[in-house]
Amino acid sequence: MIWSIELIILFLVALFGMGALAVKDLLGAAILFGAYSFLLCLLWAIMGAVDVAFTEASVGAGISTVLIVSAVLRTTRRSED
Amino acid sequence: MEIFQIWVLPRLNYLIYIFLMLLGLYGMLVKRNYMKKVIGLNILQTAIILFFISTAAKIGATIPIIANHEHHGSHAAVNAVQYINPLPHVLMLTAIVVAVATLGVALAMVIRIYQLFSTIEEDQVLLQLRRETLVADAKESFHD
Repeated sequence: MIWSIELIILFLVALFGMGALAVKDLLGAAILFGAYSFLLCLLWAIMGAVDVAFTEASVGAGISTVLIVSAVLRTTRRSED
Repeated sequence: MEIFQIWVLPRLNYLIYIFLMLLGLYGMLVKRNYMKKVIGLNILQTAIILFFISTAAKIGATIPIIANHEHHGSHAAVNAVQYINPLPHVLMLTAIVVAVATLGVALAMVIRIYQLFSTIEEDQVLLQLRRETLVADAKESFHD
């Protein structure tokens, strides 16, 4: 049962990674990247690496998303590809 | 179908890690927007971290915190099979922090590039650089 949950989250991680690279709106890409990081954090909590999971949830998903959003606000929001 | 059950299904998580690594590499190489390149770099880093963490996982093991250690004088022998290997966790904890530092430096460079060229598309930046060198060469030949 756990294995199937892990598999579903793995496919969702791949999907959100592709979405973060495919979206033309950079703010949307930042939000999709935050969702990707949170799904990875969930995956590591399932694998038993709780310390890595909460570090990723605070640093990877929190601070990274804030940094990317602030950089998008300081530059441009549109992307050609 | 039999190949799928015997070969693909036990290795499906590794195949997805390889896919995530190639996705990050694709984002760094093919995408022309600098912000997309930074996101691709981060996807590549997290794919490698995911691979290392998955090597530490064991079936039927618990998280690496030693239970019932209230008797400080007598340390019972730790049965290592019951605990998940904590060494890759510590290594990848450092890697996450380094990834955020890398992201900060990369985004600072992107903001500086936008201040200089007022675009974050790589081909337009290269076009402006080429035009500047052409103008500089023309000025030099004019003075000669």
